[in-house]
Amino acid sequence: MIAIIVEDRCTNCNACVVVCPTNVLDAGPGIPVIARQLDCQTCFMCELYCPHDAIYVAPDCDHPVTVDAQAIAGSGLLGEFRRLHGWDEWADDPRFTNEHWQMEQVFLRARAMAQAGNM
Amino acid sequence: MSRCQDDLLELTADVLVIGGGLAGNWAAAAARRAGASVVLADKGYCGTSGVTATAGPGHWWIPPDPADLRETAIAARRKSGFGLNDAGWMARTLAKTWESLPTLETYKFSKDEKGATQYRALRGPEYMRALRQQSENLGVEILDHCPGLELLQRADGTIGGAQGIRRQAGGRWRVNCGAVILATGGTSFLSRLLGSHTNTGDGYLMAAEAGADFSGMEFTNYYTVAAKGSTMTRSMSYVFATYYDEDGEVIPIPAGLDTSRPLAAALLKGRVYCDLHKTPEDIRAKVPIISPNFLLPFHRWGIDPYRQRFEVTLHGEGTIRGIGGLRITGDNCETSVPGLYAAGDAATRELVAGAISGGGNINSAWALSSGQWAGEGAARFASSVRSRAPGRPIGQAGLQPDSAHTIDLRGALAIVQGEMLAYDRNIFRRGDRLLRTTRLLDDLWKVVSAHALGEGEGILRTRETAAMLATARWSAASALARDESRGMHRREDKPETDPRFAGSIVSGGLDAVWVNSASSQKMELAS
Ligand SMILES: Cc1cc2nc3c(=O)[nH]c(=O)nc-3n(C[C@H](O)[C@H](O)[C@H](O)COP(=O)(O)OP(=O)(O)OC[C@H]3O[C@@H](n4cnc5c(N)ncnc54)[C@H](O)[C@@H]3O)c2cc1C
Ligand code: SF4
Ligand code: SF4
Repeated sequence: MIAIIVEDRCTNCNACVVVCPTNVLDAGPGIPVIARQLDCQTCFMCELYCPHDAIYVAPDCDHPVTVDAQAIAGSGLLGEFRRLHGWDEWADDPRFTNEHWQMEQVFLRARAMAQAGNM
Repeated sequence: MSRCQDDLLELTADVLVIGGGLAGNWAAAAARRAGASVVLADKGYCGTSGVTATAGPGHWWIPPDPADLRETAIAARRKSGFGLNDAGWMARTLAKTWESLPTLETYKFSKDEKGATQYRALRGPEYMRALRQQSENLGVEILDHCPGLELLQRADGTIGGAQGIRRQAGGRWRVNCGAVILATGGTSFLSRLLGSHTNTGDGYLMAAEAGADFSGMEFTNYYTVAAKGSTMTRSMSYVFATYYDEDGEVIPIPAGLDTSRPLAAALLKGRVYCDLHKTPEDIRAKVPIISPNFLLPFHRWGIDPYRQRFEVTLHGEGTIRGIGGLRITGDNCETSVPGLYAAGDAATRELVAGAISGGGNINSAWALSSGQWAGEGAARFASSVRSRAPGRPIGQAGLQPDSAHTIDLRGALAIVQGEMLAYDRNIFRRGDRLLRTTRLLDDLWKVVSAHALGEGEGILRTRETAAMLATARWSAASALARDESRGMHRREDKPETDPRFAGSIVSGGLDAVWVNSASSQKMELAS
């Protein structure tokens, strides 16, 4: 579930409020408010659409998790998902090209390994 | 034309698409290209909502020549689908998918080492962003955070619109139109399946209220493995998994078989652990740029899944990578109600997938194809209907109670989930237990439909709960009626495939659920 919006990174653009499929966030006078945390479907979409890497979604989907803003800001985890996707400013970075199409090769490799008795 | 009065946003269009996922956007595009004006309403945000957005569909993708390639694939799929699927629908789906993907100009397709463009598999968030862009470029009017609650029916019985609420803007919306396409996806009954929480079967309920029926609803027992406590049902990396029981003994998984049955059997005995140490090094290096979300939970928990064991669970998929849905009655994905069309997971995928899951290739090819057929059909239907006068709202459960009483929606959902997701009931099925399930759910329906009233913010939850309950009833009744084992429907008490059940099980009804199979006349199941 979404755990925190890091205040000093957030510019109040409200992109996350708009894109959250389950309407977890409310636009506030300042940064968005995590108004309905238990409705969060742990899909990480808000992280992807936050241009300032201000959101941290904890992977735990069954219960909310409390995290420390400073620890998270220093963890290197903020923005990881957006970067790996080659989203926005990462679009032309050769380290993060979209290799999704290789999924089929992975399945074929696994099958070949199983047939060869290597698994 | 749009009018905003009091708290009501009222729009007129030729075609309304409800649901803005993979199928809904292809439907909207096709209807626009056929000349119709189109409104698309999504419960969440068109672009991030639905199960495509968080996954990465590989489409069923076979070149047209040499011609025997497709013929061979179709014959193989007929066999694995246990004869419930149809060669004609499969051929159409393959052809439509092949010709459509290269036209998606808003997606940046990757090239392989040889420079060949790779069309078949698209990454979810990028695919959905591209589909939204395509819809916008074509002039589709998109309503985000606008769940549809009920259909509007004209005096002649045809469907002429829908209405719902505006979750963020406040107030309500209504669209008066010529034809409606339901692209609301399937439902996993709010299991923790990744990206599935706006998919609560609302389209099924709305359609049933108009009198539409269903096909293949017994095939609702597909499950996907995930690290326990996470939603991450991305299955690719698990092809290299080794599973262990609580004592650290390796759980044998028979080759080729569906892994969920042996895993479910182990989970019924105790905790199950996993590691991915068999993953080749070169693949490990690529996983983050193949499926960028897969490693997120591990990273954040400080677990190295290639070296350390982690606990796993199975998330039920209901009708998402199950295959049941609205019965299709014509080439343009007509439902059994005139003016109402179904596409993607809202429709049955039995026609192409047969008795096994269409996940992994067929479902997305079907969503893309059925969406476009429905879009073309709805545009044509709309042009034959002159009036855009508002129809009569026909929603019942949660909207029009006999007498309003407080209903424990959470409790109702827990019962539905207990029947539809529990491994012992839903994977290892038995006739006597299914009969109990149908009775329990029928009793619950009586209470919910007679007394639930959703007001204010609670209106959506109430309708969603009613929709999941109704879906569970058609599923259980169909599973009971399919008195045999076939494909993913496995009955412990009837392990053999029975030629008398070589046809589809059709179901429907709200107050009284009915099922109809080739071997039985319409049977009333409700007491
Ligand atoms: C993890 C995962 C991986 C998958 N991988 C593959 C694969 O590799 N290959 C393959 O073929 N298939 C795959 N599938 C299946 C495939 O994703 C689906 O078949 C496909 O997404 C169906 O598209 P859809 O538009 O019908 O549903 P969705 O994409 O789920 O869209 C439904 C939309 O309807 C909206 N909605 C729901 N209710 C309402 C309402 N009341 N009012 C308005 N809007 C509403 C939702 O918000 C959502 O946006 C996968 C599924 C999962 C879960
Ligand atoms: S993780 Fe998904 S559901 Fe949760 S807040 Fe972010 S976008 Fe919304
Ligand atoms: S998207 Fe990011 S920057 Fe914008 S409001 Fe949300 S958290 Fe703040």
